[in-house]
Amino acid sequence: MIEVSGVTKAYARTVVVDDVTISLQPGGITSIVGANGAGKSTLLSMIARLVGMDDGHISVGGLDVSSADPRELARTLGILKQENSMPLRLTVHDLVSFGRYPHSRGRLGPDDHAIVDTSIHTMDLDELRDRFLDEMSGGQRQRAFVAMLLAQDTDYLLLDEPLNNLDMAHALAMLERLRHAADALGKTVVMVVHDINFASAWSDHLVAMKDGRVVAQGSPREVVDSAMLNHVFGVNCAVSVEGGCPIAQYYMPAARRTELVRAELAHAEQSRTDAL
Amino acid sequence: MTALATPGTTATAPRWTSRRRLLLLAALALASIIAFLAIGSGGDLAFTAQLRGTKVATMVLVGWATGVSTVAFHTITNNRILTPSVMGLDALYAFLVTLLAFVLGVTFTGQLGPYGSFAITLVLMVVFGLGLTSVLTRKGSQVHLLVLIGIVLGTLLRSLSSLLTRMMDPTTFLVVQGNLFASFNAVQPMLLLPAGVLTVAGSWWLWHRRHELDVMRLGPDHATSLGVDWTRMVREVLLVAVVLVSVSTALVGPITFLGLLVANIAYEVTTTGRHSHTMPMAGLIAITTLVGGQAVLEQVFGLATLLSVIIEFGGGLVFIWLVLRGSRK
Amino acid sequence: MTSLVSPAGVGIRPRGWMLPLAVLCLVVASLVSLFVGVADLHPLDFLRGTATDDQWLNLMASRIPRTTAVLLAGSALALSGMLMQLLVRNKFVEPGTVGTSESAAAGLLAVTLLWPAAPLAVKMAIAVVFALAGTALFLRLVRSLPPTTSLIAVPLVGMMLAGMVSAATTFVAHRLDLLQTLGVWMAGDFSGVLRGRYELLWLVAGVFVAVWFFADRFTVASLGEAHATSLGLNHRQAMRLGLALVSVASAVCLVVVGNIAFVGLVVPNLVSMVLGDRLRRSLPWVALAGAGFVLACDLVARTINFPYEIPVGTIAGVVGAAVFLVLLWKRTPAVSR
Repeated sequence: MIEVSGVTKAYARTVVVDDVTISLQPGGITSIVGANGAGKSTLLSMIARLVGMDDGHISVGGLDVSSADPRELARTLGILKQENSMPLRLTVHDLVSFGRYPHSRGRLGPDDHAIVDTSIHTMDLDELRDRFLDEMSGGQRQRAFVAMLLAQDTDYLLLDEPLNNLDMAHALAMLERLRHAADALGKTVVMVVHDINFASAWSDHLVAMKDGRVVAQGSPREVVDSAMLNHVFGVNCAVSVEGGCPIAQYYMPAARRTELVRAELAHAEQSRTDAL
Repeated sequence: MTALATPGTTATAPRWTSRRRLLLLAALALASIIAFLAIGSGGDLAFTAQLRGTKVATMVLVGWATGVSTVAFHTITNNRILTPSVMGLDALYAFLVTLLAFVLGVTFTGQLGPYGSFAITLVLMVVFGLGLTSVLTRKGSQVHLLVLIGIVLGTLLRSLSSLLTRMMDPTTFLVVQGNLFASFNAVQPMLLLPAGVLTVAGSWWLWHRRHELDVMRLGPDHATSLGVDWTRMVREVLLVAVVLVSVSTALVGPITFLGLLVANIAYEVTTTGRHSHTMPMAGLIAITTLVGGQAVLEQVFGLATLLSVIIEFGGGLVFIWLVLRGSRK
Repeated sequence: MTSLVSPAGVGIRPRGWMLPLAVLCLVVASLVSLFVGVADLHPLDFLRGTATDDQWLNLMASRIPRTTAVLLAGSALALSGMLMQLLVRNKFVEPGTVGTSESAAAGLLAVTLLWPAAPLAVKMAIAVVFALAGTALFLRLVRSLPPTTSLIAVPLVGMMLAGMVSAATTFVAHRLDLLQTLGVWMAGDFSGVLRGRYELLWLVAGVFVAVWFFADRFTVASLGEAHATSLGLNHRQAMRLGLALVSVASAVCLVVVGNIAFVGLVVPNLVSMVLGDRLRRSLPWVALAGAGFVLACDLVARTINFPYEIPVGTIAGVVGAAVFLVLLWKRTPAVSR
């Protein structure tokens, strides 16, 4: 259970997260959605105690993130940040091994090695395990960091834009693994996703943020509709339902569709006159 | 090195290489100590040990403290091109010596006794370091801000020192200047015990925390996420580093670039980057450089005081090379 | 984002009458400065024509040159700081903290050793060459830093470089018993300024004109190589030109009056907070404020321990360091982790 109550964060005079109170049940995938600068990443970072809050409380699995033992917290929640720059020259295996630190304190036992190997395998990195991170593509690096997160073996997984840099196949594979972690292993997954349709299709719960506040939450079916998209993202588009899941047609809003249809008609007209 | 990096064995192979190199360095350090004691002794080791013992012990202490503290400092700043003494510690030392000479006159070292000036400079440098680390409690873990503040305070102290030296008579001025160049020749033997105790204690603490330091190399976010109390660790490591640097500075005077030189050689030589390897490696390289270099310069070329300067300059060149190399990546 | 974290002073536009007013203040302060000193000079004596020949000599040969030197050096230091901050794109650098001044001192030491009888102009030329080399090395180092480096790493590199050069110079000076001479060079001081010994400082007036002429070019260059190139500027050339101007200004100051730390850091930062970074707008203000700051420091240095003088570099160092620390502190948001 993640409980966020009355959390506020401001940088200089800009309030980034404004009195947010949410409580997320254990298990399942929760996606936080919202426009750029809505405070999603900051909220996630605060839950992961990487950023301090100005006001309010956050507890994860019964641990107060600002006062609990750092090591115990590290065995309870893990986070994947949006930017994963790494100043060190590490191999994939080195990096993933660091994920075992909260459990092993630097001395990896056979169990730890087994978990590291499994995590590397899960993220489809067996071929790359001895490659250096700075010699890999952004997507491969992203998967290595997720493997490290898996090796940390925490009940709560927080991910900030986990689909960044991933091609279509790897993005889907990533979502399948997160689903597996939630459904088969009973993990609680919370992620920030910018694509509303990925969020809608793969999560159990959505939290929509705007200007630092939570403006809607619930199942995708309850939350995603044209009015909400307009309010949260400022985009006018239709929402269709596929497999019981709302999908926003934002890649082709009404105006563009009209243009395309008009061009198509004109083209057809032209061919007909040519034929005559 | 590439030959050893066969897939599947990389986890263990570099560790073996590193360990072997560590042993090799230890042997080298020992050899240079023996060489320093033996050269020109005519076979009477016991006699030269008495004569040069203090000097060797000083160099071993200073080298070890500098090497180990620089590696730890690099880890918490996530930066390989810094040395702990740039935070104004050298300038503070210079200011304190100048101030003591200004207030007490040219005989200040005699008036304070061997422990006196050592204790005064050491305590004030540690207090200064403590004050700097308290910045972290106010501004989060912005180590770079702290270093910059240290450097600005250093410039301020240098202004004040130059003001004092202007109002000084030339004799006192010369004595002060002599004190500001690192020298292994004039160390009081009785200072070695307190300096040794502090160095051993600081090194032991760092050794104890070596795994946490390994994780800290990943940067604040990853380390925090993996359960390291980042701000607290930074504060503690910083304090230990300040103590180690202060001990060495109070003992022989400022050596700014030695740490930079040996830490970076240590990173190149060790293949794992683990603190259990890099810290002792840096310490051993520093000892070998100091003792071996001194043996060669003193016994072979007959130049007694040049070593610290050569090391300073070598360290500076390493610094430039490091930054320039960054562009090729 | 930057506008959000800037202090409340942003948005103050200088009105037309402000600049003349500032000039007037500076003129008044300069007049005060003329009549402060050990020898008793009184403005009324000169107006009534009752001043003695000695008094006239003192005024013309010592007081006027000194005040002129203070004004020139102050504006030159602030100006070169501003220019360097624009070109390096970092608010925390100035010639005194990146090795320019130290390199100039190294050049001065070299020429003193190799050709002690060289005329001042030759010494200065050598110092300029060394300053150029030191600054070029610094810029080369900065360019090698990875783009992700924090803003504070840039001045750190400069300070390390400066430390290295000054360690080498100090050692050579120590060996050759020139330390006190070196100390005199490095501690900014106007007490030695007399007619015939400061005129080279007028070179910085030329630098000022050049910077004014190329001001827009430097502003564009400060947007970064990519932007500058796409705006049609030869970025490399602008950098070289700026580098040369900074080196000349700081080497000349060092040779004539010594090193005055922090003027180039504090003054441009304060001006930039209020006026922004468009060089043509801020340039006169930077020059005026620099001259005013050093003039004030010089007045304090002359009166605080009257009749003895404290080197102006010390006063400027203490005041400048304090202001710089406050700026640094305020500009860094508190982080509650």
